[in-house]
Amino acid sequence: MKIDRRSFLALSVGGAVGTALTPLPWKIQDDLAIWTQMWPWTPDPIDGENTYVNTVSTLCRGGCGVTVRKVGERAVKIEGREDYPTNQGGICNLCASGLQKLYGPTRIPYPMKRVGERGANQWARISWDEAISMVAEQLGEIRQAGQPETVACLSSRKYGSMPGLLKRFMTAYGSPNFMTTPSMTDAYDMTLKRMHGVEGRVGFDLENADFVLSFGSGMIEGWGNTVHMIRINSHWKDTQAVIKQIEPRLSNTAAKADQWIPITPGTEGILTLGIAYVIIKESLYDYDFVNNFSSGFEDFRNAVLSGYSPGNVSKQTGVDQSTIVTLAREFARARRPIAICGRGQGTVPGGIGEYVAVHALNALVGNINRPGGVWAMPRPEMDGWSEPILDASAQAGLVKPRLDGAGSTSFPFAEQLFNRVPGALMAGRPYPCKALLVYDANPLFSMPGVEAVREALQQIPFIVSFASHMDETAMMADVILPNLTHLERWEDVPATDGFHRPLIGLVKPVVEPQLGTMHTGDIVLQLAAALGGSVAASLPWKDYATCLQEGLSSHWADLEDNGYWMDENYQPDTWSFAFPTASGKFDFAAAGGDLKALFASAQPDGDDGSYNLKLIPYDSVRIANGPVGSPPFLIKIVSDKVLQGKMLLVEVNPETAHAAGFGEGERAVLKTPLGSATVRVHLTEGLMPGLVAIPRGLGHTAYDSYLAEKGINANDLIGSVEDSASGLDAAWGIRASLVKA
Amino acid sequence: MSKIDDTKQIATDGQERMSNAAETGGPIILFFMIGVVLSLIVGWVIFPKLLYSQKEQPIDFNHVMHVELVDEGCESCHFFREDGSFAGAPTLAQCIDCHEEVQGDTENETKFVEAYVQKGREVPWLIYSEQPPCVYFSHIAHVKMGNMDCVTCHGHIGESTELPIYEQNRISLYSRNIWGKNIGGFKKNTWDRMKMDDCAECHVKEGVRQGSVQTAKGGCFVCHK
Repeated sequence: MKIDRRSFLALSVGGAVGTALTPLPWKIQDDLAIWTQMWPWTPDPIDGENTYVNTVSTLCRGGCGVTVRKVGERAVKIEGREDYPTNQGGICNLCASGLQKLYGPTRIPYPMKRVGERGANQWARISWDEAISMVAEQLGEIRQAGQPETVACLSSRKYGSMPGLLKRFMTAYGSPNFMTTPSMTDAYDMTLKRMHGVEGRVGFDLENADFVLSFGSGMIEGWGNTVHMIRINSHWKDTQAVIKQIEPRLSNTAAKADQWIPITPGTEGILTLGIAYVIIKESLYDYDFVNNFSSGFEDFRNAVLSGYSPGNVSKQTGVDQSTIVTLAREFARARRPIAICGRGQGTVPGGIGEYVAVHALNALVGNINRPGGVWAMPRPEMDGWSEPILDASAQAGLVKPRLDGAGSTSFPFAEQLFNRVPGALMAGRPYPCKALLVYDANPLFSMPGVEAVREALQQIPFIVSFASHMDETAMMADVILPNLTHLERWEDVPATDGFHRPLIGLVKPVVEPQLGTMHTGDIVLQLAAALGGSVAASLPWKDYATCLQEGLSSHWADLEDNGYWMDENYQPDTWSFAFPTASGKFDFAAAGGDLKALFASAQPDGDDGSYNLKLIPYDSVRIANGPVGSPPFLIKIVSDKVLQGKMLLVEVNPETAHAAGFGEGERAVLKTPLGSATVRVHLTEGLMPGLVAIPRGLGHTAYDSYLAEKGINANDLIGSVEDSASGLDAAWGIRASLVKA
Repeated sequence: MSKIDDTKQIATDGQERMSNAAETGGPIILFFMIGVVLSLIVGWVIFPKLLYSQKEQPIDFNHVMHVELVDEGCESCHFFREDGSFAGAPTLAQCIDCHEEVQGDTENETKFVEAYVQKGREVPWLIYSEQPPCVYFSHIAHVKMGNMDCVTCHGHIGESTELPIYEQNRISLYSRNIWGKNIGGFKKNTWDRMKMDDCAECHVKEGVRQGSVQTAKGGCFVCHK
């Protein structure tokens, strides 16, 4: 038998015929088709039991109730909790993206100490024991040396058990320097102190208001409780409430308002007084309130009538005289008018004069502690805690002046003025700061004039960060004791400023701790135990959960059952009992002092003629600008009219742009006295001529590639301006110029 | 050369060729047949062995023994959760209800308690009937609303004393039970295959509404959501 080419051909043909009679070709085709759907990077939904955990989100300041859906042990979705009093099922986009904060790669996985240069982001892992003893040793040495006041602590929140516990730790340790990052809370608290004589917090019964005069408050852009405010804004459409938005930029709030009144930035307080002028001049004010329940009206009247005629105000604010008069008449004649302030999200407080003026406007129409008005409400207290024990060192430290000057003779009404700390640290007065504890705050991103803050923090030899994520401030720390994220921990969240019912929400662990991090509350308790003596005795709890439960023992049953406690029937004090001032009445004179000086607005740097424009920051609900950086989901929804790749687009009025020779999308250099940045120009009629507007919350140097180096940080270009009457940061923006790149 | 000679020559050549063909004809058919047979063996016998990897279950579970001990048949362990979703293979938490300590004297139970219960680890069961992530299958719609029994799709696994070897397709990573044990895709019983055509076959036979409830259009989105 001869085997030749033909034999092989026959074999092959036979093979082909045979193969066609087997399932092989068809099965391979089927499997290959399936294989193309099974790429390893395609995420598979996990399988398991669906459970739902109610908690409260702490990522934004709103403190909304959320329901987290879990499949097995994995949290897969965060939704607004339907029966939570503030958000009623709604959720903001930051809190909806919260899982990326839990599972994302920017988390700090374990305690670390710095090994390289400060800020070089070089770390060595240390054990929890080592970390806590390292910090306790430092703090112990400072206290031994009789300088407990030189330790400061910074938090972004003022109320709740965590700020409370840190403050208590500082008090027992002997330092008066517990501070919070500045916000409109400081200004409103100060206003209530000066005009009501109470240490309270402000509430707005906006639901029942029928005429809202908003001096730049981004009501649907994160002012107060974001979701609650968006609901109220919809509710106003039903009740046909009239909304007037006064600000230089056509924000979303302005676009949804009944009227947008553009105003020269920084002159909102002046307009307020112009409106007050008309109300007083035309005797449109509430006689009962003014005559029977207020004092200092004469002083106020004189100050207003002597300098704030509509003509005068119109020149300064750019608002027509007729508009001022109309606003005043409409406001005074409305049934339940309310005036509010705090620019954008209220992250920069503004001068006290503006708040006093706006609050006086509410008082003129008698809308204080009334339905649809402004309420002075009690502060949330941890009433289950006893007073801390103070030994001699603590007592000696606590009588020292604060680093920020709050409560001093210059700023008697201030509780905290962190904006003044950089100046104090650079001057080394009243004393140098030897250690700083940073909790839930990122001042190296969120404080105006970041560079000045950075230089000031360089003066502090020991910085401890409790950050969960590697943010700009954590990168500057010497040791990081990472906190659990908001979905892994216990905490309480009192309602945001402005909500008009006493409300405390309970943050509950939704998942087990994912990494080797620890609750800051537990760390503080361990630090106290390590320091021993009266510090340990003042913080005796075995763990934070016990400390929380004890502090809120009077509400704990509700908190456990419902996830929140609220005093639904809360009513503010009536006028006869509401004002524990010297006169026992509402004080139009704002606790004495020169009202004219109070109303004089502080002006930002660079007013020397070399800058022809004004730069104003704006807040967007799509960009996180607080202590939490935007997660990737949030950055995806930033418009390409704001950010293109890494390039920021600045808003400019076409008139201003054309005068400077810029067209849409052209590159430009934005200069301010603090620095400069390359940007592109976006033309919009929604900004007054002569201005440039940039968003807050971009330009991070920390975090991941989704966020870092995208856009510019408004706080690099805009500095802090001290309001001489209150010490608060009064900056509305800064002088700027836009030149060809 | 004459014309006749030419004709002869042609005839001779033809005969030679024919005799050559007769000589090699046998081997060509033989090779053809060898090719056919070999490829049939490869396609029907060797290919399936290469295509599927074989894995043993972590614990050899005895269904018969357990079914005898429980009251509600399959649903005692493979139950519906309160929200109507189907629990599938039991989790450790369910097993622990009975097996916190070793109950009997089987080697498998001892292994199970020591390796999983005491260490708090979930048993990594290999699921024979696991559909890919792109398929949405609702047990409650079939079992409770359609009154189907488990056997229709899962066969007589509940009557087994030991678990079969789990075979996984090396290309698609699916369990072999989806395509079926028969590599040719032939099936005798309803539970022999779990491909899309098998779902559709039953849906057509039972007159199940083919369109999506939401769109009333073609039925893709009923299962591929």
